[in-house]
Amino acid sequence: MCQIRLDNVQKRFGDNPILSDIQLTVEAGEFCVFIGPSGCGKSTLLRLIAGLEDTSAGNIHIDGVRVNDLAPAKRDVAMVFQSYALYPHMTVYDNMAFGLRHLKLGQAEIDRRVRAAAESLHLAALLERKPGALSGGQRQRVAIGRAIVRQPKVFLFDEPLSNLDASLRVKTRVEIARLHRSLGRASMIYVTHDQTEAMTLADKIVLLKPLAGQDGVPSIAQVGHPLELYHHPRNRFVASFIGSPSMNFIDATLQHAGADGLACSAGGITLPAAADARTLPAGSSVTLGIRPEHIAVGQGPLKGRVIHLEHLGEHSYAYLETPLGATPLIAKLSEQQAAIGDTLPFALPAPHLHVFDAEGDALPRLSRHDVTPAALATH
Amino acid sequence: MKKHPVETLLYYVAVALVMVISLFPFFYTISSSLKRGNELFSTSLWPAHPSFSNYASLFRDQPFGAYLLNSVLVSGGAVLLSLGVSVLAAYALGRVSFRGRGVLMMTILGVSMFPQVAILSGLFELVRALGLYDRLGALVLTDLIFTLPFTIWVLVTFMRELPKELEEAALMDGVGVFTLIFRIFLPLLLPALAATSLLAFIGAWNEFLFALTFTISPEQRTVPVAISMISGGSSFELPWGTIMAASVIVTVPLILLVLLCQRQIVSGLTAGAVKG
Repeated sequence: MCQIRLDNVQKRFGDNPILSDIQLTVEAGEFCVFIGPSGCGKSTLLRLIAGLEDTSAGNIHIDGVRVNDLAPAKRDVAMVFQSYALYPHMTVYDNMAFGLRHLKLGQAEIDRRVRAAAESLHLAALLERKPGALSGGQRQRVAIGRAIVRQPKVFLFDEPLSNLDASLRVKTRVEIARLHRSLGRASMIYVTHDQTEAMTLADKIVLLKPLAGQDGVPSIAQVGHPLELYHHPRNRFVASFIGSPSMNFIDATLQHAGADGLACSAGGITLPAAADARTLPAGSSVTLGIRPEHIAVGQGPLKGRVIHLEHLGEHSYAYLETPLGATPLIAKLSEQQAAIGDTLPFALPAPHLHVFDAEGDALPRLSRHDVTPAALATH
Repeated sequence: MKKHPVETLLYYVAVALVMVISLFPFFYTISSSLKRGNELFSTSLWPAHPSFSNYASLFRDQPFGAYLLNSVLVSGGAVLLSLGVSVLAAYALGRVSFRGRGVLMMTILGVSMFPQVAILSGLFELVRALGLYDRLGALVLTDLIFTLPFTIWVLVTFMRELPKELEEAALMDGVGVFTLIFRIFLPLLLPALAATSLLAFIGAWNEFLFALTFTISPEQRTVPVAISMISGGSSFELPWGTIMAASVIVTVPLILLVLLCQRQIVSGLTAGAVKG
C-alpha cells in the first residue's frame, strides 16, 4: 500500500558526511524505529523522508512515487515533533484543523475528523483550550492528533516521548502502539534514543552508527526485528548498543575452530563457544561477548570477586573482577545473595557466547535463536 | 532577611531623588501651562489661580488641531508602513539563510548611524525628485527611512527566537510563506510589534528637523514645528504659557499609547509553543 523505499540515500552537511549508503524499505503498515547513538543522523534521516531536508544523493519513494522534489505537504506524511511545535495562539481545535483548512476540505469534514481524533485521544474536553493551558502529556496528544486528522500514509515521530516524565512515557508508548494497530495500514517511522521504546514498539529496528567524518561506510549498522538484533547482532557495535546494561566483552585468542564450536583462551583460561570460526586461523585475536543475563552465577569453573552491586529490586547487577580481563564483567543476579568482596563461582555458557573477529564482525552462531513472528507468538 | 531601617530609608531617599529629577521638568511644564500673564515670572510651584486660558488661546490663535492631525497622519503612516515592511524583511533576514545576509544587516545598521543633518541635503533632493516637497508624504517617507533600521533589527532578533519546529510544522501543514508570516508568526510577535511600533511612533511624533526642512506651508505643519513657531505679540515676547500648554497636549497621546500597549509589551505570548 504505502511502502517507503530509500535507495542509496546520502546526506552531507558541507564536507561532513552525515548519512551514507542508506538502503532501506519500510513496508506498508510496518512500525519502523530508527535508533542509534547521538550524532548518528537518525533525526536527519527522518527529516529527509519528511522533506524538511534535501538528500545529497539517492532517491526516496513513498508508495511508488519518487518524492525527492515534492514539498513536505505533498508527500502525504505527517510528523510529530519532539517539542510538539503546537501553534501557541490557536486553540487545540484550530491546531488540529489548521492543516486541513489548507487542504481545502469542507467545514463538515474537518469538524468530523477533528472531533473523531479528539475523542480517541481523550482531548474532547480540551478543544477550546490553548496549548499554554495544557500539561506536557496533553500537548503531546494534541501533536499526535494534528498528525492523525490528516490521515497520512506515513506517520513520522521524532523522539516524541523524550519530553515526558517516566510514567507518562510508558503510558504514551502503549497509546502509540494501540494507535498503530488501530490505524492498520499507515506506516510509522519513529526516531528514539531509548532502547526500551525501540524494543517494545518496533516491527523493525534500523540501527544507525555515527560516521564520524568517514566516507564510504554505510550508516546502517543492522536492520531487523528487535530480537534479531538482540540475539544475532551482526557486529560489535550492534551488540554493545542493543541491551542494557550493555554486553560484556572479553579479549581472547582463538585456539582451534571446528564444525561444533571453537575454543579460545582469555587470561590463560580456555573457554568454549558455540560459533563457527573455521574461516579464521588459530591464534587470531577475537572478542567474546556475553550479556549480563546469560552469565550463570552460582556454579561453574570460574571465580569472580564482587566489586560493586546495583540493586534494582527485581534483580541486581554484580560487577565481577575476574582473571579473564581488566574490565569487570557485569552479571545479572536474580535470586543469589551477594555482598561486595564475595567471591562467586560462575560460568560462561558456550551457547550464549558471541564471538567477533578482529574487525568486529560477528562469527555465525551455531545456536539459532528463533525470532520469527510465529515463534514469538508462542511465548 | 529583615532590612535595617537605615537601609530602607536610604532606598526611599534614592527613589525620591530619581523621581524628583525625572518628573520635575514635566511638573513645571504643566504648572506653567496653567499660569496666566505675570504669574509666569513668579517662582511658585503651583499657580494661585490655575486657568486654562493658555490652552484656549493655543487653539484660537492657530489651527493647532490641524497640526495635531498632521502629526497623527505622519507618525501613524510611517509606523504602519514600517511595520509592514519590517515584518517581511525580518522574516527574510531572520529565518532565510542567503549569501550576504550579515553584510546586509550591518549595512542596515550602518545607515541608521548617520546623523540626520548629514543626510538632510540628500534626502531633500530625493523628496524633490519624488515631487513630495511640502507634502506630508515627504515626512512619512523620511520618517520611514529613519525608523526602518531600528524596527528591522528588533524584529529580526525576535523572529530568530521563534522555534524552528513551528515553521517546520507549518511546512508540513502545507502553508505558504505569507500565511506562515501573518497567521503564525505575527500573532507570536505581537509583544515585539507593540514595543517597536511604540518607539517608532515616539520617534516620528517628536521628529523636528525633517518636518521643518521638507514642509513650508502652515497646512502641512506638524506639532513640533508648530510649537517652535508660536510667537507672542512682539519679537521681544515669548509666550511661554502657550508653548507649555502645547507641549502638554503633545505628550498626552504618547502616554495614552504606552498605557494601552503596556500589557502587550510585558506578556509572553509564546508560552506553550514548545515545552518550557
